[in-house]
Amino acid sequence: MTEMNMIQSLNSALDNLLESDPNVLIFGEDVGYFGGVFRVTDGLQEKHGSKRVFDTPLAEGGIAAIAFGMGLNGLRPVMEIQFADYIFPAYDQIVNEMAKLRHRSGGEFSTPVTIRTPAGGGIKGGHHHSQSPESQFTHTPGIKVVYCSNPYNAKGLLISAIECNDPVVFFEPKRCYRGPFYGDPHHVPTWKGHEYSDVPEEHYSIPLGEANLTMEGDKCTVIAWGAMVHVAEQGIKDSGISCDLIDLQSLVPWDRDAVVNSVKKTGRCVIVHEAPKTSGFGAEMSASVQERCFYHLESPIERVTGWDTPFPHSTEWDYMPSPQRISEAIKRTQED
Amino acid sequence: MTGDEHVGGLDGFSVPDEPRRPGEQSYFEPWTYTPEDLSQPDPSTCTSEDTTKHAEGLIRVLDDDGAASGSWHPNLSADELRLGLEQMCRLRIFDDRMMKMQRTGKLSFYMRSLGEEAIAISQTMALQDHDWLFPTYRQPGCQFVRGRSMVSMINHCIGNVEDNVKGRQMPVHYTYKDGHFISISSPVGTQFSQAVGVAMASAYKGEDQATITWIGDGASAEGDYHYAVNFASVFKPPIILCVVNNQWAISTHKNFASGGGNFATRALPYDIPSLRVDGNDFLALYSVTKWARKRASAGMGATHIEILTYRAGAHSSSDDASRYRPADEHEHWPGGDPIERLKDHLILIEEWSEEKHSDLEKKLDEEVVAAYKEAVTHGDLANGPWPPASTIFTEVYEEVPWHIQEQREELGK
Repeated sequence: MTEMNMIQSLNSALDNLLESDPNVLIFGEDVGYFGGVFRVTDGLQEKHGSKRVFDTPLAEGGIAAIAFGMGLNGLRPVMEIQFADYIFPAYDQIVNEMAKLRHRSGGEFSTPVTIRTPAGGGIKGGHHHSQSPESQFTHTPGIKVVYCSNPYNAKGLLISAIECNDPVVFFEPKRCYRGPFYGDPHHVPTWKGHEYSDVPEEHYSIPLGEANLTMEGDKCTVIAWGAMVHVAEQGIKDSGISCDLIDLQSLVPWDRDAVVNSVKKTGRCVIVHEAPKTSGFGAEMSASVQERCFYHLESPIERVTGWDTPFPHSTEWDYMPSPQRISEAIKRTQED
Repeated sequence: MTGDEHVGGLDGFSVPDEPRRPGEQSYFEPWTYTPEDLSQPDPSTCTSEDTTKHAEGLIRVLDDDGAASGSWHPNLSADELRLGLEQMCRLRIFDDRMMKMQRTGKLSFYMRSLGEEAIAISQTMALQDHDWLFPTYRQPGCQFVRGRSMVSMINHCIGNVEDNVKGRQMPVHYTYKDGHFISISSPVGTQFSQAVGVAMASAYKGEDQATITWIGDGASAEGDYHYAVNFASVFKPPIILCVVNNQWAISTHKNFASGGGNFATRALPYDIPSLRVDGNDFLALYSVTKWARKRASAGMGATHIEILTYRAGAHSSSDDASRYRPADEHEHWPGGDPIERLKDHLILIEEWSEEKHSDLEKKLDEEVVAAYKEAVTHGDLANGPWPPASTIFTEVYEEVPWHIQEQREELGK
């Protein structure tokens, strides 16, 4: 085990696979010589060569297109979209092309592309360096959607995503690259000493579709993903109420059994995400929980989310779910 | 000048119009291009600058009387020429039969290659069998060259139980991996930039394998075209980028895809050698494709080709072209008919005759009818049997995830 932050653990995952599988290629804007604007691919070109790790033109639609083509011709491309906000020029290639290739070709073709992209707020990124567009992909059959939250699951999930024969959109919470985020911008811890910063240097994987129960309790089930896992942890502590905290990790497919079993135990449910509320993935989960747990629910399901507005710059802490809002939601679920 | 007689400025913007509309006299400027116009540069050393004249002019081998000449003459054997003619005729007769079946409800939809048969047939014949083909819906003819059975193609088009894509896609959206023919997708243009990735993968693996892709003049306005050309320029993979300029994108004339200039020259500023070829000239098409293939083998990267042709039929079975262009416009196309031109050439060199041609058409018609009869024994779209409803749920992912499995159980099939 080595202590790593999330940048280092993601880098380690990529390094392991470049080492073990000659069909893995990594490309995107600034990922080559420079090693990525967040440093995730730092040193990989130098170590593995510019045929394996390289820069591309600034054209997300083109990056996704060549990934599609490489994938159907035997390679295992790992493309980076520098910020999830910039994924939309590639949306057609992902939604209409990658997602449907296996099905539309009767299984003759498939393309195992992994799309890594930093997402979410908390870095003063304003409208276009802060969004969390996961639900714009969970609504598309044919792609898997993953959202890591800490150094340990980042590496294990990324390895699973790259080894998966289906296309995967892999969201990385950029706010947590160098440390967990507990909702207080004045308190900026690193990953040092965190239980999930012990990361094996060698290859390991975490299955896609499985959630991680990160806190155990019996009064309420709190579900979150990405940076919100840590904010929710703080919210739970602030509430003083005993909660299960489920780090969903995979959104498609998602671990309904873990959620349903927990809600049946606690009778209460709070879903947290930083994406806007309307048509957010929390709505899907809320509907599924009531279908499965209706007679176990003691109170309405709560959603604590970003607002249905563009993501702001100066006022981002009023936009993102805070420990206070989460704590209040948990308390509301306890009322008679 | 076409359309409104002003050019932007203070009087507003310019909206192009097609030069001739229904009821007007069909007319095209006569071609002055001859087979002697253009030399053939050395493919292993040619730069984009060396092709300036080839992008501005028009590469032809067959003249208007069917005689072949010039530096692009591919010197094919009579057997190869007859095979090309047969494949083009096969495609046209196949299309006619499928269109008739569409009109009787056996298919939901159909798209013919009428007037463009030479493109798929000649270019595929000029390539190697393991080269990747990444076509649009207007190049199904590639599959005949690669040996796909006609019955299998019809099974797809009529969406029966033997459809290899399991009734999931509209007719003409073929997939034929055994022939290195990549699955066709309705969003026009996406294949063009994807094909660059296919070619990059071949190059990465160190294989002498080229990729050819096609896009229409209409779809060349999509970003995908420009991604493709730029990525091909930067990464220099073994790719042949073909713009099929058939003048029409449904009812949208080519003058909406470009405000001026031709399509071939667009890749010159990207430093990609570019050619413009008579798309109804089987020999010229063969030759430019062979030339581009040699560049790919020599590690010289991409070649960009404008294929000048005319969409003689409607866009699809759902379209009535006489609503927006003169109904007889295709008869005035300076490039004529690709089948007639190759036939005339073969007769001119005394390797073919009208009688043999009639016999060939009769043989092919019987072949198509027999294939059709066999295919419908497996069902058709109007009457079934269709692929089982379970195929809705399979192959969305490699393995069926729980939520899709539950939905399948909900349907109960």
